[in-house]
Amino acid sequence: MTDEASLTLFQQQEANRRRTTLLVVGFVLFFAWLGFGGDFIYWLATAHEPPAARHTVWWFGMAATALGVLLAWYAYSTGPEKVLWATGAEEVTDPATDQQRQLVNVVEEMAIAAGVPRPRIWIVSDPDPNAFATGLDPRHAHVAVTQGLLDLCSRDELQAVIAHELGHVKNLDVRLMTTLAALVGAVLLMRDGATRIFFSPGSGRIGGSGGGGGRGGRKNLGPLVAVLLVVWIVSWILAPIISQLLALAVSRKREYLADAMGAQFTRNPLALASALQKIESADAPTTHIKQGAAHLCIADPLGRRLTSHEGFLADLLATHPPMAKRITILRGMGYAALKKEGGSAA
Amino acid sequence: MSSWLLLILLAAVALWLVGAYNGLVSLKNQTLNAFKQIDVQLKRRHDLIPNLVNAVKGAMDFERSTLEAVIQARNQAVQVNASGPGGVKRISQAENALSSALQRLLVVVEQYPQLKATSNVGQLQEELTSTENRIAFARQLYNDTATQYNTRQQQFPTSLVAGLARAQPADLWEITDQGERAVPQVDLSLKPKA
Repeated sequence: MTDEASLTLFQQQEANRRRTTLLVVGFVLFFAWLGFGGDFIYWLATAHEPPAARHTVWWFGMAATALGVLLAWYAYSTGPEKVLWATGAEEVTDPATDQQRQLVNVVEEMAIAAGVPRPRIWIVSDPDPNAFATGLDPRHAHVAVTQGLLDLCSRDELQAVIAHELGHVKNLDVRLMTTLAALVGAVLLMRDGATRIFFSPGSGRIGGSGGGGGRGGRKNLGPLVAVLLVVWIVSWILAPIISQLLALAVSRKREYLADAMGAQFTRNPLALASALQKIESADAPTTHIKQGAAHLCIADPLGRRLTSHEGFLADLLATHPPMAKRITILRGMGYAALKKEGGSAA
Repeated sequence: MSSWLLLILLAAVALWLVGAYNGLVSLKNQTLNAFKQIDVQLKRRHDLIPNLVNAVKGAMDFERSTLEAVIQARNQAVQVNASGPGGVKRISQAENALSSALQRLLVVVEQYPQLKATSNVGQLQEELTSTENRIAFARQLYNDTATQYNTRQQQFPTSLVAGLARAQPADLWEITDQGERAVPQVDLSLKPKA
């Protein structure tokens, strides 16, 4: 199918661990770039001031790096909680209704099939069918389903959806995707803060001093400072977009793989196909799940049109592969198994 | 120069040996663990059955033979001697008998809609379905893991290390009962991976 799917489980887990580390390191480096870049521009701008007014200590850089480390650590360690909190999920500790009891049973069954500890179970009170998994490792994993999924799906279909989610848990997709969600959240928060700083009256002063503050080398330094400043500001503006694009790139191929793992756990690909069909035909967006956690879900909660298409633009901007293609692949698996069955019985 | 090459070669072989050995040991333990998981689920089923039978006894006086078959099969399954050679086979035979007895009970419950209407029996049905699923999935995991383990120890060149790691082919959990083979869901889940 994809090159990702041909890897063994162990390689899959390794790749996800490595990507998570890269993501966190990249995040911190980006903050360092923003901070030290600011320092450098400030230093260039004040290079010809009297020594007392020169910017020599790299305060911005140190502060930004420290902030980056702190944010990354905070995002990493509280990611699962934050994701669950953001969707308003409620944990099922003591199943009250038959429906909840069935959910708990199904999750326990699939945990056995997947060979992972039973994850904690959450319900999001949203009428649109959807589900997601989060957590940093299989021992501390969470699976959440919407009320709509419980109402709409049969036992087999529910089982298939849970199996898909446990596929994400088992190959450590959850670690990468949860960390990403938490970091995207942090970046979005930073953007709002930064917007406030940049568009306040004080912001003009850095550029102003760069243009007018120099003495002898002003002719050479002026354009350089301007260019650097532009690059620096652009990277501030681009940060949220880049983080969004990362979230997109990370999630699409994973859905095929988790579908395949889910089918392996249940040995019933047709159930997942029909569950996806039901999820797809209930096309209202899942209002409780916001953009930041979209890539964690089994189906695009925002109901974006792009998801149903293939091609360059969809590859660039959709978090999920086209549902029709996923269903076709699963049906193919299911019919192949049935055919084998028929052949061996005859 | 050539001595360096030799050294590198030796180091590579040693690394591979360690990797292959550890891989086999880890698979062996996974197989054992998967087997224990079946045990856990079987025990759960054995503990559950008396309660379930008690819950429906009053409502199902007319199906006394079905209930008695379940209880008898359960008692036989509890007493199976699991140790020694062929332990897996003996357990699987007893458990398969119990499975088909339970299967018949479920069919009977299905035939009487007024029975299903009582919440007690509805819950019983859900619990029974779940228990049967758990056992099926535990066996599936065991068979998958054992197959992986068996394949690994038979494949060249890992087969060279198999003796060193005391690797022996693990028994797969097979279906012995022809009647059960007819139930498509079970048949599908128990088929050893090709």
